[in-house]
Amino acid sequence: MSLLELESINSGYGHFQALFDVNLRIEEKETHAIIGANGAGKSTLLRTICGLIKTEPADKVRFDGQAIGAMSPHKRVGLGISYVPEGRWVFPSLTVHENLQVGAHSKRTGVWNIDKVYELFPLLARLKNRQAFGLSGGEQQALSIARGLMSNPRLLLLDEVSLGLAPVVVEKIYQAMPAIVDSGTTVLLVEQDVGQAMKFADRVTCMLEGRLVLEGAPGEISQEAIFAAYFGV
Amino acid sequence: MAKQSKDHVKVERYTRTSRVALPVAAAIVIAAATIPAWGSSAIMKQSVTLLTLIGLAQMWNLLAGYAGLVSVGQQAFVGIGAYTLWVFADKFHLNPFASVIFAGIVAGLFAIPTAGLAFRLRGGYFAVGTWVIAEVFRLIVTQIKWLGGGSGFTIGSVNSVSRHARESITFWLALGVAVGSIVLVYFLLRSKRGLALTAIRDNDLGARGLGVNITRSKLWVYIIAAAGTGMVGSVIYLNLLRVQPEAGFSLQWSALMIFSVVIGGLGTIEGPIIGAVIFFILQQVLSDYGTWYLILIGALAAGVVVFAQRGLWGTLVRKKAVDLFPVRRRLCLETVCFTEETPRKSGEEPGRLPSEEPPAV
Amino acid sequence: MVWVNDIIQGILLGGLYALFAAGLALVFGVMKLVNLAHGDFSILAAYLALAFVGLLHINPFYTLIIVIIIMAIFGYVIQRGLFNFAMDAGPMQAILATFGIAIIIQNLLLEGFTANSKGLDAGKIENAVITISKQIAIGWFPLTTLIVSVVVLVALQWFLGRTRTGRAFRATADNQRAAQLMGIDNRHLYGMAMAVALAIVAIGGVFIGIRTTFSPSAGPLRLIFAYEAVIIGGLGSLWGTLVGGIVLGIAQVLGDHIHQGYGILVGHLVFLAILAFRPQGLFARQVQ
Repeated sequence: MSLLELESINSGYGHFQALFDVNLRIEEKETHAIIGANGAGKSTLLRTICGLIKTEPADKVRFDGQAIGAMSPHKRVGLGISYVPEGRWVFPSLTVHENLQVGAHSKRTGVWNIDKVYELFPLLARLKNRQAFGLSGGEQQALSIARGLMSNPRLLLLDEVSLGLAPVVVEKIYQAMPAIVDSGTTVLLVEQDVGQAMKFADRVTCMLEGRLVLEGAPGEISQEAIFAAYFGV
Repeated sequence: MAKQSKDHVKVERYTRTSRVALPVAAAIVIAAATIPAWGSSAIMKQSVTLLTLIGLAQMWNLLAGYAGLVSVGQQAFVGIGAYTLWVFADKFHLNPFASVIFAGIVAGLFAIPTAGLAFRLRGGYFAVGTWVIAEVFRLIVTQIKWLGGGSGFTIGSVNSVSRHARESITFWLALGVAVGSIVLVYFLLRSKRGLALTAIRDNDLGARGLGVNITRSKLWVYIIAAAGTGMVGSVIYLNLLRVQPEAGFSLQWSALMIFSVVIGGLGTIEGPIIGAVIFFILQQVLSDYGTWYLILIGALAAGVVVFAQRGLWGTLVRKKAVDLFPVRRRLCLETVCFTEETPRKSGEEPGRLPSEEPPAV
Repeated sequence: MVWVNDIIQGILLGGLYALFAAGLALVFGVMKLVNLAHGDFSILAAYLALAFVGLLHINPFYTLIIVIIIMAIFGYVIQRGLFNFAMDAGPMQAILATFGIAIIIQNLLLEGFTANSKGLDAGKIENAVITISKQIAIGWFPLTTLIVSVVVLVALQWFLGRTRTGRAFRATADNQRAAQLMGIDNRHLYGMAMAVALAIVAIGGVFIGIRTTFSPSAGPLRLIFAYEAVIIGGLGSLWGTLVGGIVLGIAQVLGDHIHQGYGILVGHLVFLAILAFRPQGLFARQVQ
């Protein structure tokens, strides 16, 4: 049994359909990257998994064998799904420390706690008592990931971590990835930056216009195949 | 090719039902206009109550249902209408029935500074803000001796005509403001500004993107609704004759219009009419049981607003696509028709997601 | 010296208004809902206290505990049973649902207790004063009210800043969807927020019931005072509600001093002046 199973998902916003017949399996402890151009449906896919978008019938989305398609986001957090949203969504009026405390609201225990995430992102320890709205984009992204880890997820969903950040900053944030993977967390990340995605992922899936078009290990698939899948040529 | 598609695709506003509805409505209005010839004084008084309720509900619906302005302070304009009528008729000795026009003008003028303050507030705070302003009008009127102070006054000038003539003219005025309010909302919504309004209601940001001046459109609606409410208010007091600040500026007027609109269906022209009729019937049937009718109507309104959001009429229309006063255009492809409006979804609205994100710093 | 006394009385009155304003501000902050029934809930609490006084023949102060508990439970139930669904339907629907509840409460109380004014008799404390000079006298009861409201605000601040649920309130206020992604059940949280708000407003309702008389139709004016205090103080600022309440209280006392019966009007005018010249309030929170 896979940790996460999606079975012919058709999903979207209101009248706009963004996903067409998506089938996806994520194995325990795997690091899986979804790549694709803007508007390919990558974020919609993650939102379907974390519960911001619900699915009917509910058993089309299964987590650890359990049907979760109709479940609210907060209940999915309790099961161990943590979503780090595109645009970070830090709590601006809370301090960095309080943001992390709120991240632990679900009371799931495990390897991650507040000291461990400060170790992972030392810059956050320095900013501990600062309100989040004054942070830079990179700092907010680090905080958002750290906050996501506070619920000790079995599956961590990372949405466009590198979006709007300078390459140097992106590099710095991705330095934390090995520690997260080593902790036994399964990671599903969405990236436009194919290079970054290939560096860390065990498996890569490419999306085009709401469909999964290519899947494989980074070593197995050729640059040409990725190029073709990415742009649909 | 182009020619062929022209034959099969047309944009319609009228449905079969609406083509029938107009003559039927006209017949009802003409029949109603004869009531003074045969109806008793009590029937005329009751009819005025119902007709003015329809007028009030239409004006509130214009405000909330189309411009998204939830005001609980429209009683300000009912009161201003009543006082203007009295000032123009009893103090300036103008024709009391013609003074209804001045009631509208004065209410519209007072709406300008009111909007200047209230438009600084959003959503629920706007609602309470308008309420505070209505209270201010009430308290100021109470302090002015020239306006009768706290005890109010009786409109005496109408006694220059016979009782039957007064009741008949009041009835026709009430019929006039009821029909007028419906016609006004209908044509307003079909105008360019009306389309802009609908755009605002459906998507604030999108409308702004299309170059719609939202604040100005809303201001116009606010002034028009205030003027309409003022006129209706003056007709109400031609019927009641006794004006007191407590009653004229009472929150009950807001309860009346809000409940009628909500029960009937917010954002439709038919809804407020249906709602006003339901309100009126319940009020009459339960008149022996004190204020229980208000409790019942309040509960009905709270229930409808939550569980049948589009009101009784709106719920019916969605199922049957009946439009008596069509303000939407329908695209007709041979037999299948799509209305412009998309049904509003409850609960999850993922389409709104991105706008909630705080901008990256 | 008379003016000094007026200002002192205004400050004491402001403490009472802060009790109403804090609940209104909390509910708006957490769930962006303006509760038009807020004032009527306070009147409901006063009538509950009156009923218990009649039933148990005790000092109204002792009824506070049970009234607070009942109002908190009532708040949670009405939020989860009605207002949450209304908020799903849309912000406008939510306001209208609270308006419906306001009218229902007013008329139920009217049917149950008649339109006559009632009062709560707290005994000697009502008339006990500390005389400072010939013209300045501080009533023990208004002073107690101010102290209680400060204690309530301190407790609320501690709750919001130091507890898990309090932090969840603030996180939800900042970004509801993000809060859900942290495992916060927003429907339960909204119920909790309404429970806390009604517990605070219950205190305000009982205290104002002891201070003056009340009738079923007195709710709307309480809502308006609470609302004015919130706007004067500045949205989203807890201590701003106390300052807003005090500004309003002073304006009303001075207004009544100028001309008997002008107090409430002067309070409204101060509010409108703030709206015209400083719409963000005196102590607006600086976020974005």
